[in-house]
Amino acid sequence: MTDLQPDLRQRPSDDRQATPLPMDLTARELARWSWRQLTSMRTALVLLLLLALAAIPGSVIPQEDIDSLKVSQWRDDHPRLAPIWDRLDLFSVYGSVWFSAIYILLMISLVGCIVPRLLVYARALRAKPPKAPRNLSRLPESTSYETDEAPEVVLARAAAVIRKRRFRVDWTAGASDSVAAERGHLREAGNLLFHLAVIVVLVGVAVGSLFGYKGGVIMFVGKDYGFSNNLTQYDDFAPGSLFDESVMEPFSFTIDSFDVDWITDPDSRRVGMARKFVSHLDYRTEPGAADQQYDLKVNHPLSIGGTDVFLIGHGYAPVITIRDGDGNVAQSGPTVFLPTNAQTFESFGVVKAPDAQPTQIGLEGTFYPTFAMGRDADGRLTMPSSAFGNALDPLVSLFAYTGDVGLDDGSSASVYVLDKAKTTQVMKSDGQPFRMDLRPGDTVTLPDGLGSVTFEGLQRWNKIQISRTPGKLVALAGVVLALLGLLGSLFVRPRRVWVRARRQDDGSTLVEVARLDRSSGGDPETGRDELADIVAALQQHPREDREARA
Amino acid sequence: MNDAQWETLSNQGVAAAGVVYFLALLAYAVQWAALRDAPVRQAVPVGAGVGAGAGAPAEAPAEDVSHRTEMAGRLGVLLTAVGALAHFVALLGRGMAADPNRVPWGNMYEFTLSGTFVVVALFLATTRRWRLSWLGPIVVGFVLCVLLADVLWLYEPVAPLTEALESYWLVIHVVAAIIATGAFTLGAITSVLYLLKARSSKDTGYLARLPEPAVLDRVSYRMHAFGFPIWTFGVLITGPIWAHQAWSSYWNWDPKEVWAFITWVVYAAYLHARATAGWRGRNAAYLALVGAAALWFNFIGINFFSTTSQHSYANGAEVERSVVLRVAPTAVEPAQEVRVVVGADHPRR
Repeated sequence: MTDLQPDLRQRPSDDRQATPLPMDLTARELARWSWRQLTSMRTALVLLLLLALAAIPGSVIPQEDIDSLKVSQWRDDHPRLAPIWDRLDLFSVYGSVWFSAIYILLMISLVGCIVPRLLVYARALRAKPPKAPRNLSRLPESTSYETDEAPEVVLARAAAVIRKRRFRVDWTAGASDSVAAERGHLREAGNLLFHLAVIVVLVGVAVGSLFGYKGGVIMFVGKDYGFSNNLTQYDDFAPGSLFDESVMEPFSFTIDSFDVDWITDPDSRRVGMARKFVSHLDYRTEPGAADQQYDLKVNHPLSIGGTDVFLIGHGYAPVITIRDGDGNVAQSGPTVFLPTNAQTFESFGVVKAPDAQPTQIGLEGTFYPTFAMGRDADGRLTMPSSAFGNALDPLVSLFAYTGDVGLDDGSSASVYVLDKAKTTQVMKSDGQPFRMDLRPGDTVTLPDGLGSVTFEGLQRWNKIQISRTPGKLVALAGVVLALLGLLGSLFVRPRRVWVRARRQDDGSTLVEVARLDRSSGGDPETGRDELADIVAALQQHPREDREARA
Repeated sequence: MNDAQWETLSNQGVAAAGVVYFLALLAYAVQWAALRDAPVRQAVPVGAGVGAGAGAPAEAPAEDVSHRTEMAGRLGVLLTAVGALAHFVALLGRGMAADPNRVPWGNMYEFTLSGTFVVVALFLATTRRWRLSWLGPIVVGFVLCVLLADVLWLYEPVAPLTEALESYWLVIHVVAAIIATGAFTLGAITSVLYLLKARSSKDTGYLARLPEPAVLDRVSYRMHAFGFPIWTFGVLITGPIWAHQAWSSYWNWDPKEVWAFITWVVYAAYLHARATAGWRGRNAAYLALVGAAALWFNFIGINFFSTTSQHSYANGAEVERSVVLRVAPTAVEPAQEVRVVVGADHPRR
């Protein structure tokens, strides 16, 4: 790999690990030795591979901040391993101490490698191309010819020819018997830019994760429901560790209407699929500002200042009214039912009426946008299901519970789950569970004078994600710079060319031309071609030169 | 032509490409079989130093290599080009058959179809310039096997894209991934050949007719150097931009992203290794193969085995993706969070 050798000279860090650890070191020497070890190329390489290795567990083991439900399931399934995994931070690999340690070491190693190289590069930029080696013919790419021209003439032409090929040329007439030229400094510049840009990216990412936030809210569609951007309005909220509430932009919005396009063409392979989701938003950037409209779609977030608003889900919210035994409305309004099937939007939900008299009432059941009875192979009716995601024949099927449905003892509980520990299920007189199947407008009276349940109609909800990621443009700029630097460091080919012309004893002039490729992927053919071109250009115009002089 | 006809054309294109690639493989087989016992004339360094070996391509006919053998080799390249043409028609048909028309890389079948096309196209584009004719039989054989597997196991009828994929980033992000995958694959093939050649001391047979290890190493490096910036662009620039638009955060540590990152890091290590004493050559080649393993695991493994990846579109007909809604901020027990399947509006790339 002779073509790699020149690179070694470019990387002073590369030879550092060659020094073994001497036995009697002062603290200062030890620190210096450790620093050299850390900033050596070999250490960087090992750290890179460690980083790749360390990233693997996070793709295999469920991660707390990506899918916490999976994590809790996994904990339940592996009661003995879970505590060990916990101690090793395997449920949050990318925030763990050991993962951070690797990339921080890598960064230190990178800085330690880059800073000295920046200095070297700054010096190299100002330096003249190195003088021609004594024996040009020993270089891998070299050639020579004899001519009867004077050495000065050849060298002058050589300087012009090579300069024309955009080399930096060092030659002063009469001062030397050779022309030295160099080009391709941008390779090292690209190299340095790439590594510096990696640090820029990290800074951008760090700013985003420290100061940013991300939250979600389920909103009903309709002018009666609104969202204003403050902490209390979110269903879930994940702030960065240095997040400050005062940065939250004071915008507000309502979802005017929501459109979905259901593929009904029976010939389509995606029949039943929904697409072209559009939430028609009405928003204000701050209280008192003018109303603005935006059609929120998948892949088309709304940006308000530094905050982005995304549409990431939708579903149905049956409007259910519970009247208690006294005939009073104990609970009314739309209730979010969460889809359990993405195709058919069969959804699951819970309605709680903790204020009902004489006893609290809880309902739990399934919503079918297009109700259908399944059939088995023999044509017998089996389980009810939803045939289609669009609400063509909506039906909600509910079971009723009485007792303590939660909510009234001050402790908090999920609104999507009915804690049945302190409840009893409402039964029919034959001992079977009491089930209500309601279509819009239907009312069913509960047994034992408990009250009644009415399915008033259907409402829709959207899941809206809101995030603010400061520094994302810094990170983006960093990656783009890194890519530019990468292109430079991979495709710019630094090389040197020397031309020496000497008068020989017989009076003729010996012209030696040599070229040194300093890139690691240099193509010998282009190298030979370049050398040949230069030689050809040198030999081409002796007559013109002479005429010019005359 | 209507959509169904385009789809038929696409399927016929794949079949035709398969047949022609097979014929190309036969032509190469004829060429290399004839060369099997002929001892390799020792390559005479044309230039000096670095130039040695590179100037003596393997196909440089020895005196005893007949005209017919050379013709077989040329026929192989020609048939490969014809196969690539059919391959291209197949891709075009896939795109035209969709309604609305789209780029033909919406699912695994199409991704593989495009990726193999890139492998062949890159080979054809560089074969003359870099004298890669020795790579012909391997490339064609590899592409043929992958195409076969693609048709047998990954085939899916043309279907409209899911909502989240309807973005121009699909064109940019995925095409970058495809081109880089093609280049890395070629790089991996040459790295394998490099390792085999470096160990081999035979003077007859296929390995003996490969160029010097240094040349193989350089070809491999170039494929990687070509693929790496494109991979960077696809995975670390367009990927996060699209992820930000569709999923609201630019980096989610999704398994696909993790493995794309791992692949990137390994290839970065490969590029560094080539410039580090003690690592260049054999160890660098091993790193390239590790990178290729990560690359292919990311494509196949994550799509089929990961249940959490938002990228797993192995079963492209299914469009659901589940997310956990963290219910009301006051919810006490995480276990009470309800797993929800939110509609087809979720990216499944």
